[in-house]
Amino acid sequence: MGLTGLEIFKHLPKTNCKKCEFPTCLAFAMALANGKASLDACPDVSDAAKEALSSASAPPIRLVKVGAGDNVVEMGDETEIFRHDKRFNHPTAVAIVVNDTDDVAAKLETINGLVFERVGQQFTVEMVALVNASGDAGKFKAAVDTAAANTEKNLVLVSEDAAAMEAALPAVAARKPLIYAANKDNYEKMTELAKGSGCALAVKADNLEELAALVDKIVALGYKDLVLDPGSRATSKVIADMTQIRRLAIRKKFRTFGYPTIAFTTKEDEQEELLQATAFLSKYTSVLVMKTAKKELLVPLLSWRANLFTDPQKPVAVEPGLHVIGDATDNSPVYCTTNFSLTYYLVEGEVDSTRIPSYILSVDTGGISVLTAYADNKYTAETITKAMKACGLDDKVKHRKIVIPGAVAVLKGKLEDESGWEVVVGPRESSGIQKFAKSQFA
Amino acid sequence: MAVEINKEKYRSQVREVVLGATSAEGGTRSHTVKVGGEAALPFLHFEGAIPNRPVIAMEVWDIVPEEWPANLKDPFADVISDPAAWAKKCVEEYGADMIALRLKSADPDGKDAGAEECIANLKKVLAAVGVPLIIYGCGKTEKDNTIMGPLAEAAEGENLLLGVAEQENFKSVASAAMAYKHSVIAQSPIDINIAKQLNILISEMSTPLLDRIVIDPTIAALGYGIEYSYSIMERARYGALNGDRMLAMPMIGNVGNEVWTKKEANISASEQPSWGEQAERSMAWEATTAMALVQAGMDILVMRHPQAVALVKNAIDELMQDNSY
Ligand code: B12
Ligand code: SF4
Repeated sequence: MGLTGLEIFKHLPKTNCKKCEFPTCLAFAMALANGKASLDACPDVSDAAKEALSSASAPPIRLVKVGAGDNVVEMGDETEIFRHDKRFNHPTAVAIVVNDTDDVAAKLETINGLVFERVGQQFTVEMVALVNASGDAGKFKAAVDTAAANTEKNLVLVSEDAAAMEAALPAVAARKPLIYAANKDNYEKMTELAKGSGCALAVKADNLEELAALVDKIVALGYKDLVLDPGSRATSKVIADMTQIRRLAIRKKFRTFGYPTIAFTTKEDEQEELLQATAFLSKYTSVLVMKTAKKELLVPLLSWRANLFTDPQKPVAVEPGLHVIGDATDNSPVYCTTNFSLTYYLVEGEVDSTRIPSYILSVDTGGISVLTAYADNKYTAETITKAMKACGLDDKVKHRKIVIPGAVAVLKGKLEDESGWEVVVGPRESSGIQKFAKSQFA
Repeated sequence: MAVEINKEKYRSQVREVVLGATSAEGGTRSHTVKVGGEAALPFLHFEGAIPNRPVIAMEVWDIVPEEWPANLKDPFADVISDPAAWAKKCVEEYGADMIALRLKSADPDGKDAGAEECIANLKKVLAAVGVPLIIYGCGKTEKDNTIMGPLAEAAEGENLLLGVAEQENFKSVASAAMAYKHSVIAQSPIDINIAKQLNILISEMSTPLLDRIVIDPTIAALGYGIEYSYSIMERARYGALNGDRMLAMPMIGNVGNEVWTKKEANISASEQPSWGEQAERSMAWEATTAMALVQAGMDILVMRHPQAVALVKNAIDELMQDNSY
């Protein structure tokens, strides 16, 4: 990673033939170094050069995939230690454990039902981890088969018994499950199974040192779609190991650790497990395997995931302007908010739930929240009035009444002067809108 | 290939701030609480000392918090109209490391209590518990400016943690801290430069106050902008470790205050079936918010629900276990 333009240039044909649509080979090399071009654009580059450039420019952490078809989960391919430097690319995948000693079908039904709506987004868990808790190969295969028939979720097959894995894998290989795990005793067989099926392979050791040794052996066998488990289970140790793997891969270009990671919660108490999972998710875990399937606990965990993996450089914005909720008419209420998507969807969700057809005016605040925009002079009597004019609100409704967020109640007087409309101060939290609407508009 | 453990070499560390004062130190606390002092990123014990664990202050109001949902009021049902008893219960039964007394009675749009009444409540709480105290006003700056001085004076020498000094309004709180030997919360709106600037302004008033500042970087609840706070905190802490003295203060966050007004903490399962039962979900929302912030370097968590407090304390215990290589 991070080859300079000149380093790349050395490998190019140096004919300046312009077939890449750059004026010179050097210009092309510079563009490549900045990620603004792709090597394929040069038809004349030699195979040797391709090899040299692709291995040297490979990302510090390999992109590894689990699943097939539309259901692929990507992990790895991260370039940062801190999210404020640049977005973390791949949200932690969450896997819920189903033991082969459980009532597998019943548990899967619960897991399949885990779909949560929040602020216009749908959250769910991506994987089911089938654990060979019985130690019995037949039971394991039966559980895996039941899972294949009963869930679309991606599968993690958890058994360190290579024979059990060999028995269970073929029937589900096409779904590209994650094989867990190769260890120092079984790695030859497990690697063979992974290679044969093209499935990602988790590598488990007792500490970082042994993990490195094992990864090198597996890579020497010719397989690289790996996921790392340093074997630590205590919360504090997991965080240390995950941090080391991430730092060594990115800062030190330590290829041996340039793969995604997997961590398992250990807590029996479900609430304690939530906090342990929160810690793992915060610190570089690519696949988080946990036991609880309780909504009350997964909603906060998955919300934290959604927050952590947003792009820190650009606020997520919605289209500014007038949004129509339901069959709004010229009598419908008008609510005014910002175009920060979090703010907008919170408000939209509540307005929608009033079941009163309405308008929501989303003022262009550059995608920031109500008070942030207010403090930054982007949500003011002037900007709101401008937005009202721009969308032709005068013609859309006959009444002259607009509802503003309670947090900016101070805008009332000025906005009334500026717009000539009656300004109604709504509740402070969007969650108050339903009650408010009942009293005002029902 | 052998693994060479990566330990960052930092140039500096976070200042250690002592809160509360025992009789030997001019106060009446049974013990003091130390926060800060980290020479490593959160819980990376392998690269530097983390001498003090993050602590939890439980919030106590001097009026009955009518707007709290039932599952938050219930644990305090027997003490909710008596701040002293409430504080005592938090410490003795729920293991609070500190008490954060919120003087809501002063709210001009509410009870509009004057300094005298607030002082009486503060004294009652001081007498009821031995832990150090954090004092918040009602949140309306003009009014708070009139009560903070008298409160600080009445508790001279206790080394309270006084909230809050802001860029536009730091003098009254900072001078009260200076005159009567207290510490101060310097609050900045998720902006590292303002945080630094404010610390500079306060230290220009009094250099010794530099060791008595706790930064409130402004937090948001989970699902309501928390990631901005998280990243500002990570940046501030990284800056502190790399030698930025004006950011090298411990950090505090008003977790309970942010979480419990939000929809996720309040609505019932019948309104939003996919979110599950309100009681456990709301508690989990507070605990998860706290846990996320602790990962970014929060030193003092101001919280409300006893179960969330217990869970977070337990999780912090585990994060404090040595993980050196
Ligand atoms: C995250 C954040 C930021 C992020 C902005 C992220 C973003 N995309 O908006 C960043 C770091 C960039 C930021 C910057 C600043 N911020 Co800021 N920020 C926050 C923080 C922590 C959370 C804001 C948030 O996302 N809330 C969640 C959203 C959903 O809330 P909301 O938009 O208000 O919507 C709710 C309600 O208003 C209501 N609602 C919304 N619309 C409507 C409409 C109707 C009709 C109704 C009825 C209700 C309703 O529903 C929603 C849910 O209840 C708050 C403090 C806090 N804890 O709230 C400070 C805060 C808003 N920021 C503040 C300030 C001062 C700033 C800065 C000006 C600081 C500076 N550098 O000078 C800058 C602005 C500069 C700029 N151009 O960005 C102050 C504002 C003070 C004030 N009262 O005016 C706050 C309150 C912090 C503080 N206590 O000082 N900030
Ligand atoms: S196509 Fe290849 S050889 Fe031709 S100018 Fe571009 S880089 Fe050089």
